[in-house]
Amino acid sequence: MVKKILSITLCVLILVFIYAPILLLVVYSFTPSNVIGRWEGFSLALYGQLFRNTEIMQILFNTIWLALAAAALSTVLGTAGAIGIFYSRRKVAKPLQAASQIPVINAEIVTAISLALLFSAVLLYRTYFSLIIGHMVLCTPFVVLSVLPKLKQMDSNTYEAALDLGASPAQALFKVVVPQIFSGILSGFMLSITLSLDDYIVTAFTKPPMFDTISTYVYNAVKNGTNSSTPALRALSALIFVVMIAIILIINLRARKPAAKETSK
Amino acid sequence: MAELKKSEKIIEIVNVSKIFDETAAVEDVNLYVRKGEFITFLGPSGCGKTTTLRMIAGFDIPTSGKILLNGKDITNLPPNKRPVNTVFQRYALFPHFNIYDNIAFGLKLKKIPVTYVNDKGETYTKLQKLTRKEIDEKVKNALAVVDLEGFEKRSVSTLSGGQQQRVAIARAIVNEPEILLLDEPLGALDLKMRKEMQIELKEMHRKLGITFIYVTHDQEEALTMSDTIVVMKDGRIQQIGTPTEIYNEPANAFVADFIGDSNILNGTMVDKFTVRFCNHNFQCVDDFEKNEKVDVVVRPEDIEMTDKENGMLSGRVISVVFKGVHYEITAMVGRSEMVIQSTQSRAVGDIIGMNIAPDNIHIMKKEFTVNKYDGYISKKNTVIFGDGKFDCDVTQLYPGSHLDEEGYLITADGEKIDLTDVDVTVEVGLQSIEISDNADEGGAQGHIVSLIYKGDHYQYIVRTEENEEDYVFDSEDLWNENDFVSVKIKPENIRLQLKQEMKQNG
Repeated sequence: MVKKILSITLCVLILVFIYAPILLLVVYSFTPSNVIGRWEGFSLALYGQLFRNTEIMQILFNTIWLALAAAALSTVLGTAGAIGIFYSRRKVAKPLQAASQIPVINAEIVTAISLALLFSAVLLYRTYFSLIIGHMVLCTPFVVLSVLPKLKQMDSNTYEAALDLGASPAQALFKVVVPQIFSGILSGFMLSITLSLDDYIVTAFTKPPMFDTISTYVYNAVKNGTNSSTPALRALSALIFVVMIAIILIINLRARKPAAKETSK
Repeated sequence: MAELKKSEKIIEIVNVSKIFDETAAVEDVNLYVRKGEFITFLGPSGCGKTTTLRMIAGFDIPTSGKILLNGKDITNLPPNKRPVNTVFQRYALFPHFNIYDNIAFGLKLKKIPVTYVNDKGETYTKLQKLTRKEIDEKVKNALAVVDLEGFEKRSVSTLSGGQQQRVAIARAIVNEPEILLLDEPLGALDLKMRKEMQIELKEMHRKLGITFIYVTHDQEEALTMSDTIVVMKDGRIQQIGTPTEIYNEPANAFVADFIGDSNILNGTMVDKFTVRFCNHNFQCVDDFEKNEKVDVVVRPEDIEMTDKENGMLSGRVISVVFKGVHYEITAMVGRSEMVIQSTQSRAVGDIIGMNIAPDNIHIMKKEFTVNKYDGYISKKNTVIFGDGKFDCDVTQLYPGSHLDEEGYLITADGEKIDLTDVDVTVEVGLQSIEISDNADEGGAQGHIVSLIYKGDHYQYIVRTEENEEDYVFDSEDLWNENDFVSVKIKPENIRLQLKQEMKQNG
């Protein structure tokens, strides 16, 4: 009994440790005070300010389209890469797979500086092009990582079976291979979106001068140690947190459904 | 077999080789397949049978050679352009489709020419997809052929292995291919299911009237189902023939050992149509050169047991096993074991006589009589060949010579010769090789890739990893296939000969 209470307490403590800062933020997003720590009564004023602030709305829009575009392009590239690795001969596949995963372990600041150097060398530094490519460099390895296991689960003969039945290589790919690895592609896409949404370092090094995402904007806003300038950011952060939680819940529930179906048969 | 007219050959494989990463999976294969026949590629795993099938399907392209379909070259045609469909070993059904969509997959992609008449009365043809109704009809018929009526809406994962195999067959035959390729289709099924499917496949072949090309490692399956069997080993064809020919007239010891049970014995031709083995001269129907060493094959059911006085051979029974239809009796004749299948039983310890009719004695050319290698002398009394290094006696190269203290060879005339790096040919007899578990003990190391029982001994082939050099030898000890062993050869058993050009120079 004592053991049980102890273990529950430990769990609660860990959860509090992880979530306390976020909860604090969410709670203080409901008070109009300029600094966290001073409660000035419940109000939705910050949310009002947030939606009336056209600058923040523009930045929110920027962040989302950047995430969607980078995630979509990374998903196409990463899926193609994973399929290429999977169907290569083993001698080629192994080093190729290892090489594709280097950006994952590479320090992000190194990636960011290398990108900045590369793009300034080809006169594309701080353009939308460099920004999108930067985010793709960030996301693509994770797409490869989430698609490859699905390919390995697949019966590799099904591609040949499709060719055998008269499908062209493209038809075989889209009618037979892609549907079988679709869950991997989808999770790679979602992973890319979250990676791109909250990225600061690569964005800061590759973005056009007058362009901001939420990360770079918030960073600039609180750079001087005060967050007094735009308390509405608290409301924005709280909203992002809630939306993310909702997305994760939906994905998890969706993932559980087909599994439950299988076992019930 | 008589030469066939061009029109009767549906597939012709001409000098085809396939090399993967420097190792040949298929080497210089030539064969043809007659229209409508059931042909089986039979052999142990890694013999090249599946690679040959994949080249006919178009999944692999031959490194050299040609494949003709109805006389037309299809060597480089992609699989989707060939009128050939495949049933895969592990079915390869599409798990995201139901049974109907699996079978209709090929039909939905198919375009057939339809002839129309326009307003001016001119006819023209257009490529058109099949209508929904036509597809429905064909899928239904295909399901009826494989006895799965009403399964259209089921998902693949709800079917048993046997049912999935039937769907895979339906998915292939629904496209009305000219040739159906089957890659060990029954390999994943249990014995009873396999027997049932064998009969059903044969029945299907009769009804559909198309050519079946079947791949299996199961000799019984091949004998039961095929019109023609192609026995393969190490990428080469060993024998092509009807099941009866393959069984009764095996071309070599490998085929005899692989197909059915057999007694394989060492024999010598002592006269025209007379062979000597087990210390007795037998009349036979095969003609070989006098004094030639040969392999003799006698099937266990072809040995007739009699009293010891009336037999050509006599031996002591050492084991009797009841096998249902017959007894399997093993007798020692001299130092050779003889396996006999008979409906009569004998007791262990009995002395029995044995008779063998002349046409039941099959004589085959010996595949290996000696091991030959190219090698070179490395230093004092050491020769390198066959991926290994062996002690040898180099004085045999020059009669009457001897070695001095520094390792130079002094010939009978007193001439001093440095033999380092001199090229030689090396011969080692089949009786002169021993193997050992201890990898350091012998001069070369390799895996046992083949063993064939020959009455009183086994014939082994040890193959090295680096250059795939073979050591063939006879031994009475039993080792297992794939054992990693080292090869020992006594110096006096390594016969060296200088290469011709060296002799002239020296």
